[in-house]
Amino acid sequence: MKPWRHPYIRAGGVIVTLLVLAALLAPWISPFAPDAIRLEERYQPPSWNHWFGTDEMGRDVFSRVVHGTRISLGIGVSARTLGLLIGLVVGCVSGYYGGKTDLILQRFVDMTLAFPFLLLVISIAVIFSETEHDLLGVLIALSAVMWAGLARLMRSQVMVVKERDYVAAARAFGASDFRILVRHIIPTSYVPALIWWTMGLAQAIMAEAGLSFLGLGAQPPTPSWGSMINYGSPALRVAPWVSFFPGAALALTVLGFNLLGEGLRDVLDVRWSGRQAGEGT
Amino acid sequence: MGVYLLRRMLWMVPVLLGVVTITFFLGRLAPGDPALAMAGQRASQAQLERIRQQYGFDQPLLVQYGIYLKNVLRGDLGISYDSHRPVAEVILERFPYTLRLAAGAMAVAVVLGIAAGLLSALMPNTWIDRVAMVFSLLGISTPVFWLGLLLMYFFSIQLQWFPPSGYGDGSWIYLVLPAVALGTQSIAFLARMTRASMLEVLNEDYLRTARTKGAGGLCVIGKHAFANAIIPVVTIIGLDFASYLSGSVLTEKVFSWPGLGRHLVIAIEQRDYPVINGTVLFFCVIFIAVNLIVDWLYAVLDPRIRYET
Repeated sequence: MKPWRHPYIRAGGVIVTLLVLAALLAPWISPFAPDAIRLEERYQPPSWNHWFGTDEMGRDVFSRVVHGTRISLGIGVSARTLGLLIGLVVGCVSGYYGGKTDLILQRFVDMTLAFPFLLLVISIAVIFSETEHDLLGVLIALSAVMWAGLARLMRSQVMVVKERDYVAAARAFGASDFRILVRHIIPTSYVPALIWWTMGLAQAIMAEAGLSFLGLGAQPPTPSWGSMINYGSPALRVAPWVSFFPGAALALTVLGFNLLGEGLRDVLDVRWSGRQAGEGT
Repeated sequence: MGVYLLRRMLWMVPVLLGVVTITFFLGRLAPGDPALAMAGQRASQAQLERIRQQYGFDQPLLVQYGIYLKNVLRGDLGISYDSHRPVAEVILERFPYTLRLAAGAMAVAVVLGIAAGLLSALMPNTWIDRVAMVFSLLGISTPVFWLGLLLMYFFSIQLQWFPPSGYGDGSWIYLVLPAVALGTQSIAFLARMTRASMLEVLNEDYLRTARTKGAGGLCVIGKHAFANAIIPVVTIIGLDFASYLSGSVLTEKVFSWPGLGRHLVIAIEQRDYPVINGTVLFFCVIFIAVNLIVDWLYAVLDPRIRYET
């Protein structure tokens, strides 16, 4: 089946495209500045003027949700890409060189996978939360946790491919280890790595929101969906829209990437689950 | 199998050591004087000295690590900066609440998830199947803390069927909303897993044999298919239960549930590092232990698994 004919990929593709557009065009789409405080307009219900209402400081929730797309996608994509690089390097080195190197690196992989996911992210993010590098802390915490699955995947892939004849031929021609890995081995793993990357985006975005919901991660007034839900929750009775809309945006984003990842997995027929335990509790 | 389990248990040792090492260094990276924070502002010089000695804060880092290891093995996880009580005592006090929530969530997930999965598998490609699978994808994509707030808004603020949060007198009515919120992701995963597993088993030759030998529909499904299809499902149940026990942090925060997860959130807000690290360590031990039990259960359920490798 052609990828774009798959209903999941179509639906996921539409959602993700809209989100990327929202992130790129945020300053032009939002009618107000995300941090413009107007105390006389606090807790206004959704209206023509404020589509998603206003929050406890009279800020426009719609503008904040649109700007929040940048944080969510930005952190998700960069944490995932950083994790991809770490996983790629560890997996390749482990599978290619084998022996003691492999043994030691694999123990690190085991250890990372043995931790409950969110808990490990929390314990790393706590340290950064008191510095001004709050978002950097989230990025480091997420990528420090989300590389192990790919490292294991790449290791097994490399172990298979490195025995192939064309790799032996390349070596006979005097190609260096680095060249063999980059030109001949890594390109065979594009598909599983791509699916790994996409499936985990949803997880990374959810974890970022979870962290800022807990008060770690992005600090106010940064419009992160998780902290918007957190600060809106005490006013659930009088102003449910303050936490409803950022949560809906978050759920839609996660759904979009899940659809895309599942669709890709279906079409490319890879039987493998990217789920890590304890991710959303 | 005994050898396999023994090997798995031995394998836990380096992992646990890694966990302890990480929590130790995370604790040492924390700003401020830990002895002063543990003893409180009004502590006397003698009290401060005693704590410094007990936890080795005046020693070089490596010695401190040794003392920390020894203390952890004895169950001494330090003293809370906030309540000035032993961390281990607080953990044991809070854990039963987390256990109760986890059990509630799992019960909801097992009943609804397996029922939805079975229904889907027995009527594949009908509208029931499609609706169940769409809901399952929605369930996986909904963040637990947002779902919690939605449930709270509709079922306790609007309809007033359940209390909005807290533990109250411990009656089950306080448990319903948090358990549903926490269990939803598992409902979704269990439904998909049960469906996939059942569909796979239903196409097996031995089931056709059973049918041709005259076994009735319910017997085939219940005795032959379900018994085999349930095995991978049990693994999911076990793993999810392990992650519930190791911190339903977000859910407990939303519903002000007085478990260990909420305690961890409060400790994070107050930067109570001994509690943060002690709780993380405790959660990891529980997580790893439950995983081991799941492994063992897997072998009991499926005699084909012998764990020779």
